[in-house]
Amino acid sequence: MPVIKYIKDNKEDIVTLWKKQMDEERPEYSNYTVPHKTMETANENFIDVIFDYLNGNGGESSEGVNVFIEQILQFGWPLSYLTSGLQVFRKVVMDVIDKNVTEAKDLLGLYKRTDAIIDPIFNQLIKDATETWEHTVSMQKSALLELSAPLIPIMEHISVMPLIGTIDTERAKLIMENLLQGVIDHGAEVVLIDITGVPVVDTMVAHHIIQASEAVRLVGSECILVGIRPEIAQTIVNLGIELGEFPTRSTLRKGIETALEMTKRKIINIAQEDGQ
Amino acid sequence: METQASVKIRNEWDIVQARQLGRELSKEMGFGQVDQARITTAISELARNIYLYAQNGEIDVEAFGKVGRIGLKIISTDQGPGISDIRLVMQDGYTTSGGLGAGLPGVKRLMDDFKIHSQEGRGTEIVAIKWLR
Repeated sequence: MPVIKYIKDNKEDIVTLWKKQMDEERPEYSNYTVPHKTMETANENFIDVIFDYLNGNGGESSEGVNVFIEQILQFGWPLSYLTSGLQVFRKVVMDVIDKNVTEAKDLLGLYKRTDAIIDPIFNQLIKDATETWEHTVSMQKSALLELSAPLIPIMEHISVMPLIGTIDTERAKLIMENLLQGVIDHGAEVVLIDITGVPVVDTMVAHHIIQASEAVRLVGSECILVGIRPEIAQTIVNLGIELGEFPTRSTLRKGIETALEMTKRKIINIAQEDGQ
Repeated sequence: METQASVKIRNEWDIVQARQLGRELSKEMGFGQVDQARITTAISELARNIYLYAQNGEIDVEAFGKVGRIGLKIISTDQGPGISDIRLVMQDGYTTSGGLGAGLPGVKRLMDDFKIHSQEGRGTEIVAIKWLR
């Protein structure tokens, strides 16, 4: 006897049992506070989708499954809701079969065919879920890259690169590229690298910054490192990193003053000038 | 007082996770800003060494007490190629990766106690302690 027909014939029983068990499973997602009503609707949908899929005999109607999976994942529900839903379904089907079939030989065959029906849904589910995540991660990665190393021209011949967050190898490369490109595009003579927002300056970060400033020097401009917090200054000294030839200032403001001096300019107070 | 946490180091992001762990624990234990920065930087160096030279290993951070003193212990273990000449790697400026060569001697200066044990072909274990004053 084909399992699908069997499942369909006992649809009522299976659905009732499934819903009951799903209701009992609910506390598992206690950290996702989902209203009871929403959960019920979702369960309703879920079981409909499974039966739609079975009616279509697998092949063509898997679209309904896809749509449902996508919806659940978009709402940010845990994947375990879907997997446990399918597990419960399998269990319930087997229980119903168990109750009605006594011949051990038939039973094994029925079990196997039940697996053959449910496994493709499982595979689809895992595939869709991982694809959704991979997509999100790659989107975030590119969004982060866009934020990672902006060079801002603040005055003629002076640009600032504020760095915030962790610097890894990929970002270090981008810093170097943007610095050099920016120096050429904006015609910057002095570039201020602000590390106020960099949580840890270890030897690798220092190394990358030193390299970047060397490269800037090679294209004929100067780099000033600003935003060095006291604790960072101490760790740099402890690490024994040599920043002697490297102009540094404690704050961006002081850095800008130095940069103005280097480009032979200064900020004057107009009110005072007028008074004289 | 015994709190222990560990992070497996397999990629660059694990380094960030390891030092966040160190930062949280050192803050919780009452270390000052400067010592917090020292501890996180030391963890960063050790984790990066694992990532660069051993590909995978582990960083453990642990708060522990010993006769009236409280300290934070960093344990870095890997099953990498090991270090053949420890004296050489403890020299400032020695590097095989084109870096600054300040990592291990730097960690020694950042922390209060520093022990390194390495066996060629077997791996390396480094234990570094910062005492809470």
